[in-house]
Amino acid sequence: MDVAPRPPDRGAFGRALGALIPAVPFLWLTFFFLIPFVIVFKIALSEPATAQPPYRPVFDLSFGLEGLSEALSQLSFYNFSLLFEDSLYFSSFISSLRIAAVSTVLLLAIGFPIAYAMAKAPERWRPTLLMLVILPFWTSFLIRVYAWIGILKPEGLLSALLINLGLIGEPLQIMNTDTAVFIGIVYSYLPFMVLPLYATLEKFDYNLLEAAEDLGCPPLRAFWRITVPLAMPGILAGCLLCFIPVVGEFVIPDLLGGSETLMIGRTLWSEFFSNRDWPLASAVAVVLLVLLVGPIVAYRDIEARRWEKAK
Amino acid sequence: MSMAVDGRRRGSLAIGAVRRDFAPWADPAATPFIRFERVTKRYGDVAAVADLSLDIFEREFFCLLGPSGCGKTTLMRMLAGFEAASEGRIVLAGQDLSGVPPYRRPVNMMFQSYALFPHMSVERNIAFGLEQDRLPKAEITERVVEMLRLVQLEPFARRRPAQLSGGQRQRVALARALAKRPKVLLLDEPLGALDKKLREETQFELMDLQVKLGMTFLVVTHDQEEAMTMADRIAVMDHGRIVQVATPGEIYEQPASRYVAEFIGDVNILEGKVSEAGEGRCTLAVADAPASVSVAGVAEPLKPGQEVALALRPEKLVLTHEAPPAGTPNVFAGTVWDIGYLGDWTIYLVRLASGRTLRVSRANATRFVERPLSWDDEVFVHFAPEAGVVLTR
Repeated sequence: MDVAPRPPDRGAFGRALGALIPAVPFLWLTFFFLIPFVIVFKIALSEPATAQPPYRPVFDLSFGLEGLSEALSQLSFYNFSLLFEDSLYFSSFISSLRIAAVSTVLLLAIGFPIAYAMAKAPERWRPTLLMLVILPFWTSFLIRVYAWIGILKPEGLLSALLINLGLIGEPLQIMNTDTAVFIGIVYSYLPFMVLPLYATLEKFDYNLLEAAEDLGCPPLRAFWRITVPLAMPGILAGCLLCFIPVVGEFVIPDLLGGSETLMIGRTLWSEFFSNRDWPLASAVAVVLLVLLVGPIVAYRDIEARRWEKAK
Repeated sequence: MSMAVDGRRRGSLAIGAVRRDFAPWADPAATPFIRFERVTKRYGDVAAVADLSLDIFEREFFCLLGPSGCGKTTLMRMLAGFEAASEGRIVLAGQDLSGVPPYRRPVNMMFQSYALFPHMSVERNIAFGLEQDRLPKAEITERVVEMLRLVQLEPFARRRPAQLSGGQRQRVALARALAKRPKVLLLDEPLGALDKKLREETQFELMDLQVKLGMTFLVVTHDQEEAMTMADRIAVMDHGRIVQVATPGEIYEQPASRYVAEFIGDVNILEGKVSEAGEGRCTLAVADAPASVSVAGVAEPLKPGQEVALALRPEKLVLTHEAPPAGTPNVFAGTVWDIGYLGDWTIYLVRLASGRTLRVSRANATRFVERPLSWDDEVFVHFAPEAGVVLTR
């Protein structure tokens, strides 16, 4: 009779360690995501106060259980209903989603050809190209966005260049507009689009395109029927990696955008720091999170189905 | 040409497996279906294909055979349209293919990697080419069913390529390439990814299919057995040139050069010098032989004193314990150096007095042998004058 080989006994410590390793991400998420989120959510249910901390009620365990239940009864969803009543918040959300959506489309349109060219480049060049894509990360994000002010402002480099080339007569007025915000976002987030796309396209079997052509499919149609569907995991990953952080982006609209560039990150910032209305700012943060969970869940769902199919 | 014919049919003798009703290449009036006309393909300074001309006839099962890097794949890819010839032209059914993109050529290719579309089911893969032609839906469905039946994959129509075995994938690739009923089917190492048993079965299936469909097949392979089994004619390639185009039988029994003789099958090559040359026969002085060697069935004119090579196939050598009767030509004495028993064949390595080893093979036609050969036995090897091939190149 065959006896299945038994795994070597690793001892009690080994077993405990083995059980602990899968728990690490859960512990991490519990301490650095779930608990902070509960705190923020609780603040969102409080009301602002001129105090330290600037909201009421504050849980104080020294009042005992009674004090706790009293504090709990003071919590309300007032801040959330305020978000829906005041059109500022609603239009901030919509505007953020719009800017994020447009940026993602722009990023995809620019990132795809770059990733494709990288994947088609001779193998010995690829590590260098990959390095070049990652290189901007070696400088502070903030400095890079600041640098764009010097380029985009009316007396900046871009206007000077275009005027000297005779392409325009007057300085460009794009600083402090949505255009500047789009430029900043596309510049800053391009690596996040290119890297997942490159990862997918690098594994792509270009024989498939030859096979498609051989079967009578012109190259452009083959691109849509073969390349795009097979690059979809990379496209989705790249779009999510860009879309989600861009929705909550604060630095770029703050530095490059004008007063009319409405984004939820800026709204949140001004509630928090200018108005010192922590509860309302927290409510904005909670709604933002809920909004972004939607696409993440959808993505996970699509990926799960893909795995299912591949089996 | 006449020499090759001489070589093939000496009197009533013929060589190889002969398909009596099909030999358009021997008919001077026949029009070739595919013509490579002085085609050269250069990559930088390297010529992958060098000034190559080749005619292939309709309904022919043609094999391009050669080691990797000999240019056979480049030649096929030029016909498919993936590479453009640097010089020369390719004509298919009277149409010059220069400048015609792959998607407009009436040829289809079965890729070595199969290149099945992983995101499409088997039937969608097969339908792909038909959809490009914008055939009516009903016809596409009908054609797909027909193809699935042809390759016996009906139960797998809705599977993805990843869910199929290697052999099944090979058949999907075949069905997909056949679905458009191309004028020529190109097969790039079609059986390379299959295991030995399946490869053999599939060889015969491909041959049947080709006859049934009446299609022209062009196969690229580095596997001589595959080429020998399937092809009507084989072109042996080396360094971008064709060194011989002939039927498998001719390639084996009448190789045009030492390269061909050594590439196809096993062979003993002995260096020699022509001492006497006559009509179709000659006598050679071979260093390894005690006496002069006489050869018959010589295809090329020879001059006395000419340096030549004598090619001897192992199975055409006769191995005996006793000395052959006096007057037997071409006798060598030696000892059995090594024996390889393969079941159907036994290979003997016989060391001659000169120190050179001859490879002799013997079919194990009977189960029991009265006096088996063993290591270090003193033996005699002889061969008939017709068994040797004199090679001048």
